[in-house]
Amino acid sequence: MSKYLQNELTKLKKKFYELCAVVEEDVRDAVRSVYEGDVKLAEKVIEKDRQIDLTEIEIEEDCLKLLALYQPVAIDLRLIISMLKINSDLERIGDLAVNISERCIKIISLNRKDDSFDFTDMCEKALLMVKNSIDSMIDLDMKKAEMVIEADDEVDRLHESVFGKVKKALEKQPDNFELLSQYLTISRSLERIGDHATNIAEDVVYMINGTIVRHQG
Amino acid sequence: MDNVIENKLRLETIGLSVFYGENPGVKDVSLKIYDKKVTALIGPSGCGKTTFLRALNRMHDLTRGAKVTGKALIDGQDIYDPKLDPVIIRRKIGMVFQKPTPFPTMSIYDNVVAGLKLVGFRDRKLLDEVCERSLRQSALWDEVKDRLKTPGGSLSGGQQQRLSIARALAVEPEVLLMDEPTSSLDPQSTNRIEELIGELKDQVTIIIVTHNMQQASRVSDYTAFFYIGSLIEYNKTTKIFTSPDQKRTEEYITGQFG
Repeated sequence: MSKYLQNELTKLKKKFYELCAVVEEDVRDAVRSVYEGDVKLAEKVIEKDRQIDLTEIEIEEDCLKLLALYQPVAIDLRLIISMLKINSDLERIGDLAVNISERCIKIISLNRKDDSFDFTDMCEKALLMVKNSIDSMIDLDMKKAEMVIEADDEVDRLHESVFGKVKKALEKQPDNFELLSQYLTISRSLERIGDHATNIAEDVVYMINGTIVRHQG
Repeated sequence: MDNVIENKLRLETIGLSVFYGENPGVKDVSLKIYDKKVTALIGPSGCGKTTFLRALNRMHDLTRGAKVTGKALIDGQDIYDPKLDPVIIRRKIGMVFQKPTPFPTMSIYDNVVAGLKLVGFRDRKLLDEVCERSLRQSALWDEVKDRLKTPGGSLSGGQQQRLSIARALAVEPEVLLMDEPTSSLDPQSTNRIEELIGELKDQVTIIIVTHNMQQASRVSDYTAFFYIGSLIEYNKTTKIFTSPDQKRTEEYITGQFG
């Protein structure tokens, strides 16, 4: 039975890693579309989301099938349970990348800009969290997973700072609401991406040693 | 081991070894068995789990060349105290074997009360009560109550195993040892025995040897993994089957060997 399960797990992992790569690329493209004001790149992210949704469902069905047919235990069980959970975090990250891309298109259509809002640092940090969380899962790298969990506070702090800036800017220029609300949504989406990357890293810790590290902060 | 303080200790081995001639079949096993819990003993063939189980009610007394060293205690009392009659020990610690063992020509009724009759009970009313109670406990009563005089050998395999359990329960043991009790049964009978284990654990402490990993995870509260005569890991079943501490346990339960 074990050999059948291992073969199935190998196939599932392949599909799963492909999803990881697509989601990571999406976040990268969404972030770039903001930097560069690239509508085409933003549209590409939006178009790819449907495929991410379908793959998410496929992976969920595969995980459920393996649980039902092979009753896996120990590392095999932890791997499948973690994949099941990480799968939905990846799908949510994909949705947030779409959200950022849509905000980017909206900002371009407004034909307005406020150069005092610079998301470079926040984008890089959130993107690194996603990359490291995925790498930690593929390499079963506990240190990398812990780095992601630690990095979350910094992204939260950056979001709070954007929130404060938007609030102040709105007081000064209430007619700029539409543009500022796009900035706020981008910031909020990056902060949520950081949260999902943290969830992934926490599931990686569980996958490696069976310890649940959620809600300890 | 995780959070076991809340459970009362019923049986304990301290450095228990079982030798066949010079060779130890079980090596230096220290294990605490908790009251009214199901403990599963798992491991590949020849790992010593059945040898260990049989040591708990002095079954090796009957094996030529077998020697048990170390301690086995029930409620703090030494099972191997030379002054103790093994028959008394076996009343306290009953056993159910891999193959159903009814006396085939003896009636269902006589099968159940055989142990009591052996130690001199003759009161018909008492024997009737014990027969009914034991058959109810082993979930066989409704199926056989109208044919208690028919031979035990006329029952199906699954019913015969429940009859063997009823016979073991008739002498009101504190501990029930089960040596692969479902390995010769079909899935439906296996399911019935597993349900029975769940019902019985409110009354007796159960130790079960099983080759079936899913069975161990379904029915037991604690699991002990044996390998080449040694106890490798012992913990709550949920811990063993989700994140065992030992690599060999993980390799065995995920089917990488054995």
